[in-house]
Amino acid sequence: MKNKRPILDSTQIDISLHRLALELHEEHGDFSNTAIIGLQPRGINLAKSIHGLLQEISGNEDIKFGELDSTFYRDDFRRGDKVLIPNSIELPFSIEGMNVILVDDVLYTGRSVRSALNALTDFGRPNRTELLVLIDRKYNRELPIQPDYTGEAVDTRTKDRVLVELDGNDPIVWIVTEEKK
Amino acid sequence: MSTLSTKHLLGIEQLTRADIELIFETADNFKTIINRPIKKVPSLRDVTIANIFFENSTRTRVSFELAEKRLSADTVNFSSSSSSVSKGETLIDTVNNILSMKVDMVVMRHPAPGAAMFLAEHVDAQVVNAGDGTHEHPTQALLDAYSMREKFGSLEGKNVIIVGDILHSRVALSNILCLRKLGAKVKVCGPPTLIPKYIEELGVEVEYDLDKALQWCDVANMLRIQLERQDIKYFPSLREYQMQYGLTTNRLERIGKEITIMHPGPINRGVEISSEVADSTNSIILEQVENGVAVRMAVLYLLAGQANVDE
Repeated sequence: MKNKRPILDSTQIDISLHRLALELHEEHGDFSNTAIIGLQPRGINLAKSIHGLLQEISGNEDIKFGELDSTFYRDDFRRGDKVLIPNSIELPFSIEGMNVILVDDVLYTGRSVRSALNALTDFGRPNRTELLVLIDRKYNRELPIQPDYTGEAVDTRTKDRVLVELDGNDPIVWIVTEEKK
Repeated sequence: MSTLSTKHLLGIEQLTRADIELIFETADNFKTIINRPIKKVPSLRDVTIANIFFENSTRTRVSFELAEKRLSADTVNFSSSSSSVSKGETLIDTVNNILSMKVDMVVMRHPAPGAAMFLAEHVDAQVVNAGDGTHEHPTQALLDAYSMREKFGSLEGKNVIIVGDILHSRVALSNILCLRKLGAKVKVCGPPTLIPKYIEELGVEVEYDLDKALQWCDVANMLRIQLERQDIKYFPSLREYQMQYGLTTNRLERIGKEITIMHPGPINRGVEISSEVADSTNSIILEQVENGVAVRMAVLYLLAGQANVDE
């Protein structure tokens, strides 16, 4: 029996996004040397929202925005039961010497962030790389990777799933758990 | 569908349209990768690939090797001229000896039609056909179709002519199968002696007059006369062939329309195509070569990725 319940509603998500944007603004000023890079596939919508808010708050309408896919850098290629199909990469600027903020919806084992860091290395050497996530699933990490900016930290079990839906009119974050028998 | 329907690439015949489209979409990603400063990804770093060439090749071999290296695979190269094949070893023995050194995939070119399929049935490795005699050359057809797709967006309803030695050409057969699966219309053109009987069964039309074929087409794929496979004389002289079927600036000016020119290489300049045409702005011959690496990366990546996926 599966149990699906919301952990963040649209108002809470809105508040979190604004807080994250303000934190970023505090740290990075007018973003003249900082880029927002969403991780494919599920970090893109979040990255776009954050990017939009930052342009409003900072007054800089040219904040650099990219989309990074790390499929070719994953450590589970040829190990799982499915073929890993890549997504597109959009990085129309050099990240050499820039500050980069990687954005993903959920931080879980840390493995996809690890692969993203490797993928990023092949585009240049950023000055500093940080990680922003909307949901931090604590206690599930398999690598020493922690977020710099967190929307909401949640306690989950390994079997649980967290679903972030930002594309519709009514953004929501769900947690799907297995009911105990 | 996000896996290929096959574990080997033996020919276009075994691929579905969805397979071909998946290869193209994956190749789009690799094309961006091979155009950036660091042209390499680590995907196949635990995969070893043997390139086994029992026939001469420049483009295909270099292209496969670059594709493998840009995927971080380990590669070994082997050509029949410098091997035990000349001492009488059989194909299966040769390949099994190589496989016992822990090789995961085999890219093979062989003069015998069906050699790739034979190998796939008898050895425990994934096989990629890099040309088997006069039968198929699937990666060439894929990169040709990919190059057309890049130019036109879609191949649906496009008119393509394949000109030259259709009888001996594996490129022609693979191209016909691939283009038909993608919805293009195909005519073959060449001297009657070099057009195989019953080729209409493949859903293509035959046109013996190059001018008429050019009037009809959007793309002209010019093939080389494969003298090394011709045991008898199929036409009186190369000069006569050039007069009848050579693509020249004069002929194109007479036709007076924009035609995309392709050639799988190697080119015999002045025979099937003149230098001016081969180097003209309508020629996408060098794009074909560039796309070859991206398409082969996609094929190797997708095949390797499903090595452990149960059917």
